[in-house]
Amino acid sequence: MNTVTPGQYLPESASDTTRMTRHFRAEKFDFWSFFFSGLTGLATLFILGILATILLNIIVNGWSAISWHFVSTIPKKDFFDANTTGVLPMIVGTAFRVIVMTIFVIPVGVITAIYLTEYAANTSVITRIIRAAVNNLAGVPSIVFGLFGLGFFINFVGKNLDKVLHNSRAVWGQPALIWASLTLAVMTLPVVIVATEESLKAIPPGLREASLALGATKLETILKIVLPQALPGIMTGGILAVSRAAGEVAPILFTGVAYYMASLPAHLSDQFMDLGYHIFVLSTQSPNIEQTRPILYATVLVLLLLTFALNIVAILIRARVRKKLRALG
Amino acid sequence: MAEISIPKLAPPTTSVSAAQTNTPFIEIEDVSLFYGASKALKNISLKLEEKVVTAFIGPSGCGKSTLLRCLNRMNDLIDNVRIDGAIKIGGHDIYASDVDVIELRKRVGMVFQKSNPFPKTIYENVAYGLRLHGMKAKSDLDARIEECLRASALWDEVKDRLNSSALGLSGGQQQRLCIARAIAIKPEVILMDEPASALDPIATARIEDLILELKKEFTIVIVTHNMQQAARISDQTAFFYIGELVEFGATAKIFTNPAQKRTEDYVSGRFG
Repeated sequence: MNTVTPGQYLPESASDTTRMTRHFRAEKFDFWSFFFSGLTGLATLFILGILATILLNIIVNGWSAISWHFVSTIPKKDFFDANTTGVLPMIVGTAFRVIVMTIFVIPVGVITAIYLTEYAANTSVITRIIRAAVNNLAGVPSIVFGLFGLGFFINFVGKNLDKVLHNSRAVWGQPALIWASLTLAVMTLPVVIVATEESLKAIPPGLREASLALGATKLETILKIVLPQALPGIMTGGILAVSRAAGEVAPILFTGVAYYMASLPAHLSDQFMDLGYHIFVLSTQSPNIEQTRPILYATVLVLLLLTFALNIVAILIRARVRKKLRALG
Repeated sequence: MAEISIPKLAPPTTSVSAAQTNTPFIEIEDVSLFYGASKALKNISLKLEEKVVTAFIGPSGCGKSTLLRCLNRMNDLIDNVRIDGAIKIGGHDIYASDVDVIELRKRVGMVFQKSNPFPKTIYENVAYGLRLHGMKAKSDLDARIEECLRASALWDEVKDRLNSSALGLSGGQQQRLCIARAIAIKPEVILMDEPASALDPIATARIEDLILELKKEFTIVIVTHNMQQAARISDQTAFFYIGELVEFGATAKIFTNPAQKRTEDYVSGRFG
């Protein structure tokens, strides 16, 4: 390709715009730009493809096996048989443990984040240790949380509660919904802390100063100015925690989940059935794989829908809060 | 560029003579401030009279905002700050160990460079400080809020939308709302940290009018980069340079016949 001096072939009368266009036109095909943008596009497509394959496979195979009977039945006999099975106790158990977890993890996570951002001196050794601990907590394998829950909540807290309250009769010192929920709360704590910290840091320092300059105490400033503004961010943390916890099986394995229960969990000290664990049971314990497969697909679909529903509820609440904040605050 | 005409320009000579007869209300005595090891304010002594507008001028980084923030102890919020010397307001040492910082900030209000209304309604912005300090009754709040919005020349513009968000106001209106919020709790002193630096000339003129109005009731200390502004609104001017107080005196004198060469260079625009 010939390179030309800008304007060389243009008559004197050509407008300045034409000259400019000529001047800035790329003269060489940029292979690496093309290659790299193509590569990023392909990578995105690949991930979307995997997601679509998983979802389609589950929806196509699971949809036909889902019925009102399926989601509203407590299985009495054989839950590997499509005619007698149902997932009501698993839906209730999973929803119950996620909600109890949220009730514990949000306050603890938010208070920790407030301490770290508003009170702790950033440079102090203690703050650094806490931050490192929070980050490490996020990296601990979930089965380790399960073992921690068994060792700490059940064998230590639960057994000692029983000694004091129930004359050593096993009430709290055994796997239970509360311990599974608390174990999940410990596991999702970093998610809530980090999300809350980010939203607290995003609040303009000018608002804090304005409040303090009016003679507000630090606590009044946090409660009346900072926290309301941070609420949507805190809720994002909650949504992430719920999504993470809903599908986790390992942490509840030793701390509360049951293979089979004839009734729904009614008390925090009850064990419970769980969708994730039930999927594991269906796929490994069935005497007749062909017969169980549709149930397995349907159960997976129910878990997806439940997680989706919990998320939607949280997102709707967050949208309302945001709207309110934007309108007046 | 045409000067903005200010109708209520206070004749400086009368204010100064009046000021000289007053007893000092804010006494800054040999104040030094350190950020870690670096000395940001060097042995500053100043006496400011009651119900007088004092302007702090000087190039960026000269310490004028830092000194301003000493007066309501906003520097307490920064780690690693040490303050030597004494600051007395109304005869009380505000850095004494028994001083209630909350009470101090109630008496020494502040308006910031960047308008910072709370993301609440216009009404709630002014009500915030009042509620903090115990005003509960709706009728009291309503009356005081109207009074403050009138005093800050904002009432006519917002009286029909008190319950809409303060963030919907223009920059100048937001800053006047911040002034209304500050005067609502009836401080004795108002500190203003470049209150008009982000505003257009018309909004600036309104803020300046307002300052001249407010000085009838409040002692005002204003930090400004705008020489004309300092000349128009202040009775006394203090010129700072790299942490030192170079010159302090009647505004008319500082701008027309300064004693120091550095002051003259700065106010005439030769440096800074």
